[in-house]
Amino acid sequence: MSRRVRLGLFLLAGPGLAAVLVLGFRGLPAFGDYHGVYGRIVDNFALSARHATDFVTALNFDIRAFDTLGEEYILFAAAAGVALVLRGLREEGEGPHPAPPQQHGFAGASDALRSLALLLPPLLVGLGGYVVLHGALTPGGGFQGGVVLAAGPLGALVTGRYLAFKRIAPHSAVEALEALGAWAYAMLGLGGLVFASRYLQNYLPLGIPTHLLSGGFMPLNSIAVGLEVSGAFLLVWTEFLDQALISGRGDRS
Amino acid sequence: MSFLPFAVAAWLFVIGLWGVVSSQNLVRTVLCLIVTQSATYVLLLGIGYRAAGKAPIVADIPVVNTLVDPTVQVLVLTDIVIEATVVALLLALVVQAHKRFGSVDPAELRIMRG
Amino acid sequence: MTTVQAVALCVVALAGGAVVLVPDPLRQVFVLGVFGLSLTFLFFAFQAPDVALSEIVVSALALPLIVLAALRKIHQHERESEQEREER
Repeated sequence: MSRRVRLGLFLLAGPGLAAVLVLGFRGLPAFGDYHGVYGRIVDNFALSARHATDFVTALNFDIRAFDTLGEEYILFAAAAGVALVLRGLREEGEGPHPAPPQQHGFAGASDALRSLALLLPPLLVGLGGYVVLHGALTPGGGFQGGVVLAAGPLGALVTGRYLAFKRIAPHSAVEALEALGAWAYAMLGLGGLVFASRYLQNYLPLGIPTHLLSGGFMPLNSIAVGLEVSGAFLLVWTEFLDQALISGRGDRS
Repeated sequence: MSFLPFAVAAWLFVIGLWGVVSSQNLVRTVLCLIVTQSATYVLLLGIGYRAAGKAPIVADIPVVNTLVDPTVQVLVLTDIVIEATVVALLLALVVQAHKRFGSVDPAELRIMRG
Repeated sequence: MTTVQAVALCVVALAGGAVVLVPDPLRQVFVLGVFGLSLTFLFFAFQAPDVALSEIVVSALALPLIVLAALRKIHQHERESEQEREER
């Protein structure tokens, strides 16, 4: 189907789609006029039932933990798909990991950049750990904190030395991290089956709200998801950067 | 005026779709798909909003306040992170297509003949 | 609807249109970063700090890196096949 035919079809169907969307949205209650029941119940009872002060994380990792399991595995499958497609791109004769080029031709980074590359990884890993652990108390949780955790080793890329990044986050460690996170979440749910008669039912003591160890297994779930998300993003970045910076004919400097 | 969030959601959806249909570069197609997906986020958060509601975090406000619906926030929050990985998968396919067909123009990705 | 929310919605609509209308994918990445920032602001205005945190972290950090690496790989491959054609 050529581009002109596509555009013509869209000019025919597009206004119709827009009109249907606007008509459909007109049937919704007005903005700010909230009619739902589930949200009201969660808002009123989540603090006393789950001892968590951040209701979004309480929903994510405790009340609707089963949905999070499915979404976590979508993430896992997408990262595995990226690894599958991009590793199949490597030319024949290259081993499982491409050999780094012999010469860089890179002028080197200034001292300021180098000290930044030393400072950033531990700072970001610390911040990511903080966001992950405090999911049940303040805005945060496994998903957001996981991406910040993954940004830690990426700080070493500020100097442009991709091989330094690979030394901080080697391939096998990244894959193991992701698999560990995915496995840990499923196993925590099995604990619910064993101790509380329902998969992913909260079985640890609930604790006092606003304390770090409160909310039952919410912090543990958060840690598992954080590990998995950071492993997935590091894997995706490593695969793409391998392709862009290392693979192929190598440097022609 | 209170229809504005839904209007913006519809606008983002349609213009993202137009970007997908009219692009001559597969990477552009993927990036316009991100705009289309953002329309769903705006729509979901618009549905869950409650007039004069506060964020559903009660660490420092009393619980009796009217709070915004947290259920839709859960959906959007996980979806944003998953969208990034799915975009990565799509871009990996684009890189593979470029290697196979030598071009990222969707019009030149003819199925292998013969 | 407060004025902050209305302004944020208009900025999001403009930024979304800008992402689609930019022709070059490399420039689109930067406009996409601005679009993500405006979405973050909108999510804050809608009283959703968790969602805003998620959006800023993904659109400022994860997405641009992936897209830029993919673009670089494509550009590199194009250059290599051009060189191959010249050598022949």
